[in-house]
Amino acid sequence: MDEATAGGLRIAVLVKHVPDAQFDRHIGEDLTTVRTESILSELDEYALEAALQLVEAHGGAAAGHRVTAITMGPAAAVGAVKKSLQIGADDGVHLTDEALTGSDASATSKALAALLRHLGPFDLILTGMASTDGETSLVPAQLAERLGLPQVTFAASLELTPGDGDRTLSARRDNDTYAETIESSLPAVVSVTDQINEPRYPNFKGIMAAKKKQIQVLSLADIGLQQDEVGLAGSWTRVEAAAPRPPRNQGTVITDEGDAGVRLVDFLAGQKLL
Amino acid sequence: MTTVLVFLDHAGASLAKSERELLSLGASLGEVTVALAGDADQAYLDGVGSYGVQQVYRPDSAAVSEVLVAGKAAFLAEAVRTTGAGIVLLGNSYEAKEIAARLGVRLGAGVITDVVALAADLTATKSDFAGSYTVDCRVTTDVAILTVKPNSFDAIEAGGPSSPHEVRLPVDLPAAVARVTGRVDKPVSGRPELAEARVIVAGGRGVNGDFTPLEALADALGGAVGASRAATDAGWIEHSAQIGQTGKTVSPQLYISVGISGAIQQKAGMQTSKVIVAINKDADSPVFEIADFGIVGDLFTVLPQATEEIRKRGL
Repeated sequence: MDEATAGGLRIAVLVKHVPDAQFDRHIGEDLTTVRTESILSELDEYALEAALQLVEAHGGAAAGHRVTAITMGPAAAVGAVKKSLQIGADDGVHLTDEALTGSDASATSKALAALLRHLGPFDLILTGMASTDGETSLVPAQLAERLGLPQVTFAASLELTPGDGDRTLSARRDNDTYAETIESSLPAVVSVTDQINEPRYPNFKGIMAAKKKQIQVLSLADIGLQQDEVGLAGSWTRVEAAAPRPPRNQGTVITDEGDAGVRLVDFLAGQKLL
Repeated sequence: MTTVLVFLDHAGASLAKSERELLSLGASLGEVTVALAGDADQAYLDGVGSYGVQQVYRPDSAAVSEVLVAGKAAFLAEAVRTTGAGIVLLGNSYEAKEIAARLGVRLGAGVITDVVALAADLTATKSDFAGSYTVDCRVTTDVAILTVKPNSFDAIEAGGPSSPHEVRLPVDLPAAVARVTGRVDKPVSGRPELAEARVIVAGGRGVNGDFTPLEALADALGGAVGASRAATDAGWIEHSAQIGQTGKTVSPQLYISVGISGAIQQKAGMQTSKVIVAINKDADSPVFEIADFGIVGDLFTVLPQATEEIRKRGL
C-alpha cells in the first residue's frame, strides 16, 4: 500500500450487506445478526457516490481511474457488490469464508486490511461513516491503523487536487462545536457522512452493464489469513447475551381542545420532569 | 488494584458533565489516572482532582492535536503502557470512538462502544439496532477499552480531593497522518449539547421552517433542540441537530417530538428516551404508537401555551 499508483486512481469502496432498517431486525440464538431482508447499507451509498464523483471530476474511466466495490460476508453479501456495480463501480470483490462469522470490529478490520493488501495498492479506501447494523464506526479507523495510512473520517466534503504521485485530499468535518478542514496525502482511508452528496440510483443502462462486470471471490486462504485470526476466535470482544427491548406501550393521546399546552405541563409535572 | 485510565479530550474551562460521569465510573472500578489531550487551566485540573485523581498525563507536544485521531491514539497508547492500565474509558463522541478504535489495534485490545451499564466483572451493556436490542458483551483481552454514553452513570465526587500531579509523555506520531489545517468554532447557543441533554425538543417537517416555539419551550425546560432528517435536509436547522438512524442517537429523560411523523429511522434515534411526548396534527402519525403522552393538535398553539404555563407556574 506504500506507493500510490501513478496515473489512474484506484479507489476501493467498502460496502456492507446489512439488515434493512425498514423491517424489524433480529439477533439470532447464536448471538450473531440475522441477515434476512438485507440491502446495501444506506451509509455506504454515500461512499460509493463520493468515489464516482471523484473519478468523474478527474477524467473518468478514460483517465484510467477504477472504482472497486469490496465486501466480506456470507454468500448473500455479494448483493451489496452487485448493487454497487449497477450504480457504477467498475468491478467487485467478495471475501467469503465460514470462519468470518461473528467477527467483531477488530477481526473485521484485520480481514479487510489483509484483503486490501492482497488486492492493492489503492490510492483511496472509501467507507461509510458507520455500518447501519454494528453502528460502531470503529472499522475505518482500525483499517487506517492496521495499514499505516492517514484517516480522514466523517468527511462532509471531499476534494482531490490532482498531480502525479503528490495528490492531496482536502475535506471538511463537522463537530458539534466546531468545523475542521483536513488535508491528507494519498493513499488514505476516508469515511464520509450522509451530508457529502446525494447518492444516485442505478438506471437501466447501469443494471445491464453490471451483468458484464467481474466479481472476484476470495477466501481467507487466498489472502493469507488463518481461520482463527478472524470470526469469533479472532475477535477481542464477545457478545454474551442479547434481548429485544420490550416494546413501548402507547400512552394517553389527547386531541387539543384549547388547553393541550396546559395539560402537557400537568403531565410533565406528574412525571416530575419540570 | 486495577488502574483505570480516563481519556479527556478538549479541556474546557470546567469539566463537562459527561467527563464527570467518566471519572466517577472510573473511580468505582479502580484507581483513576487521567490522560488529557487538550490544554487545561487550574479550575479544570481542580475538577479532575475532586475525583481523587493523583496523576494527569499530557502529551509533550501540541502536534498530537494537530493531526486527525492518530496522534491522540498514539498518546493514549503511551499512557496505557506507562500506567499499566487494565481499563481505558473514553467518551462516546465519534472522535473518541475512533481514538478507541486505533488504540485497540495498537494494544491488541477489545473495544466496546456506546456502553450504558457496566457490571463488576466488566460485562458491558449497550443497545443495538438503534435501541431495539439490549446486548451484553465483554472484552476478551487483558486491556478493556470502553466508550461510555453520557447520562448513563451518575457523577459522584470522591471523598478526598487531590491536586493532580502533571506528567508529560513523549509521543511518537505515525508517519502518515491527516492534518487539521483549520478550525472554525460554531456559535454557542447556550443550550446543552444534544448527547448530554436531559430534555430534548425535536422538530420535523411539521414545524415548516419555524423552530422558534421549539426553542422557547426547550429554554423553559433547560433542554436542547433536535430535528428529524427532513428538517435538517430542508436547511431549517444545522445538520448536527439531526436525530435518527443516520444522525445522533439520544436517550434523554424527556423527548418531545414536534411535527415529526415518526418514520422508523427517526424512532431508531430516540426510542430509548425515558419519557416520550409527541405533538402532531395527524392523529395517524406512527410516533403516537410509542408516545407516553400524545397531543393531536397544532404545535403553533400548543407549544407557546405550554411554555407560558411553565413560566406562569414559576418553574
